[in-house]
Amino acid sequence: MSKQANFSDTFLQEAEELLVSVEERILDVETNPHDKEAINGLFRAMHTIKGSGAMFGFDEISRFTHHVETALDLVREGKLRVSKQLIDLTLASRDQIKSMLDEARGNGKASRATAQEIVDAFVRLAPNDKRMTTAPCGILETRPSMLSRNKTYRIRFTPHRNIFATGMDPSLIVEELGGLGACVVTLQLNNLPALCDMDPEACYLAFDMVLTTQHELNEIHDVFIFVEDVSEISVDEISLRELDDVPKLGEILLDRGVVTKKSLDTALSKQERVGNILSAQGEVSPDQIDAALAEQSVLRQKKESMVEESVKVPAGKLDRLINLVGELVITQEQLKIASAQMSAADLATQVEEIGRLTGELRDIALNVRMMPIGGTFNRFKRLVRDLSLELGKKIKLDTYGEDTEMDKTVIDRLGDPLVHLIRNSLDHGIESPEERAQKGKPEFGTICLSARHQGARIVVSIEDDGKGLNPAVIKQKAVEKGLVDADRPMTEQQIFELIMEPGFSTAQTVTSVSGRGVGMDVVKREIAALRGAIDIKSKLDEGTTISLGLPLTLAIIEGLLVEVGESKYIIPVALVEECLEMSAANRAMDKERNLLTVRGAIIPYVRLRDVFVEKGRRTATEEAIIIENGGRSFGIVVDHVVGQHQTVIKSLGPMYRHIKGLSGATIMGDGSVALIIDVGQILQIAGNQEDYRLNSTRRFEGEPKDVRDACWMT
Amino acid sequence: MAKKIMSADDSPSMRQMVSFTLKEAGYEVVEACDGKDALDKLKTEKIDMLITDLNMPNMDGLELIRQMRQLPEYKFIPVIMLTTESDESKKNAGKSAGATGWLVKPFNPPQLTAVVKKVLR
Repeated sequence: MSKQANFSDTFLQEAEELLVSVEERILDVETNPHDKEAINGLFRAMHTIKGSGAMFGFDEISRFTHHVETALDLVREGKLRVSKQLIDLTLASRDQIKSMLDEARGNGKASRATAQEIVDAFVRLAPNDKRMTTAPCGILETRPSMLSRNKTYRIRFTPHRNIFATGMDPSLIVEELGGLGACVVTLQLNNLPALCDMDPEACYLAFDMVLTTQHELNEIHDVFIFVEDVSEISVDEISLRELDDVPKLGEILLDRGVVTKKSLDTALSKQERVGNILSAQGEVSPDQIDAALAEQSVLRQKKESMVEESVKVPAGKLDRLINLVGELVITQEQLKIASAQMSAADLATQVEEIGRLTGELRDIALNVRMMPIGGTFNRFKRLVRDLSLELGKKIKLDTYGEDTEMDKTVIDRLGDPLVHLIRNSLDHGIESPEERAQKGKPEFGTICLSARHQGARIVVSIEDDGKGLNPAVIKQKAVEKGLVDADRPMTEQQIFELIMEPGFSTAQTVTSVSGRGVGMDVVKREIAALRGAIDIKSKLDEGTTISLGLPLTLAIIEGLLVEVGESKYIIPVALVEECLEMSAANRAMDKERNLLTVRGAIIPYVRLRDVFVEKGRRTATEEAIIIENGGRSFGIVVDHVVGQHQTVIKSLGPMYRHIKGLSGATIMGDGSVALIIDVGQILQIAGNQEDYRLNSTRRFEGEPKDVRDACWMT
Repeated sequence: MAKKIMSADDSPSMRQMVSFTLKEAGYEVVEACDGKDALDKLKTEKIDMLITDLNMPNMDGLELIRQMRQLPEYKFIPVIMLTTESDESKKNAGKSAGATGWLVKPFNPPQLTAVVKKVLR
């Protein structure tokens, strides 16, 4: 840095000039030991060399000069006599400093031994003086600001009456506090005299503040550093933890020491607004009331925001609300149809208006239950930190998709399974720092929590870069526990799924962190209860990714209404890429394999008619709906695509939840029932379609119809 | 309008550093080499803040502060003393003389600008 070099040069020059004057002055003092001017000059010279030296990086020179400077200061104060020894030492110091300056300029080397001798000699001159025996310190680096949890403080600042005379503007202090966080300021004017009695150069104001900040307490105190010895300052934390309810005004006034319990009780017994009474009683000034009210307001907001995070509304109430909204939407659709048939213009406008209002109501009702998953994610940061410390591993947690919104009930129930999965990653997944170093992995293991929309589902993933799952070990264990036959061929996917079987645990030691092997099967059950699915991907030594696919069960979605035989189905529009007619060529193709070509690409497909074993023959024309799922496309072939339709999802009752391929049902405008397709499961079914064809096509017969009937009951 | 700060110090390297740092931060700077020089310059310059060393020839920092505070237009401007750790006792003397605050030498440029921001609007 050229400017830095500049300062150094200036300093070196300055120091050299000072040394010249030092030499002259020492000789003066030698002649006249009481020459105050010379002694002061000497002191100042050394003082400057020491101070400026430290400023510009010449620490060694600064440290050395400290002792001679101290000695001269003692002489100034009359605590040390001017002796021959002192003169000699001072001259020696001057020479030493000169050679150190020369060394800094690149001329020769200064003797450290000589320096030490001189320092020791000075110390012997005044062995009891603390300043002589302590070394000076260099630039004190300001500690970086440490942020922690939000805390709320009650701060009272009463500036000294004459504060203006020291050039301090108290409002700057208040502003500086405001820079630390949200600060509500109430001015206290009770000391303000009448205008005729007021001294315009005096400060009669006091400031009551409620500050909410993540900064540490000492940072708050630092704000007052220039005024704390003359002004009144108090900083008290207001603990919100004990708050069951926002404290009442009277309680706060009591807490602030503004009123006595007796006054408060008297006031309360008169059943009027506490603030007014106390003010009327003359015991409390309106400003003090305002300040207390300000505190109450801040606390109320804090409480509300806290309450917001943990609002408990009986799920039943919300369900009923949303159900009703759903019914409203359906009824409104029926109204639309009926009104169209009646062709009465006035009616049409009103019906349209109802449609608009219903739409808005529907959106808000849905929104009530939707919450960003971020809140849940944040819980885990602390968990990961604490557990990784306990386990002696270095782990960091990344999160993505915190804004992804999900139904609140789903989020709530997702908490425990996620905790368990994360604990598993921490405990069994991420290796110890030594192991990781051996494998050439970064010291810190990473767990990545993410949430994203995928069509009509939310996918929550826990991905770690730990040691991954070992299929061989898992299979071995499963065989030992009698869960599978040793010789049964299994895909890697199937082996991974074994870890979710009850009573399975490959952990060498069961730690306090992850508990026994009951975990994964419980997780599986809980996710299944949410109508979700677990997908496990893993690569040995690279890591594991567990994905939870969760449906939006009670929501209203945009769907594509299709007909297959006499049945109606809904396919979530979000997943649909395009619809096209099954050309004669494509239909001809499907003798052996269900494949169709779309613009040169070959895409496998399923025929809903086959999946759900629809009665009757294939129709003359068919349409294919191309679905994008997990990066790959496939087709669902139906008889006819009716069009887009807004759907209120009703879940299939408990009896039918296990049916694969369906994620819910809906009631159409005309009262009939349409089944909502679970695209992911259809894919699975299609994959096993060969099996089904061979084994039991009869499996689905009769069931869909029962399900449809069952819908009427729910 | 940029605020004008006076830097009073008998060490040219100090003045240079203070001057450079404050100019970089957007302030105007007037330099003085001791208390007497400072008071002289105040006759013709209007400043918004004073940063002064305590140990200076001709007139030291404390005396400068005392005399400056007598001038009506400088009764209320912020004044920062540059002290070294051995001058702890001087802090109180400075306060009595009318100083607003202090900065301990040695310090780095960010610390200097932080203190200025603390006391100068």
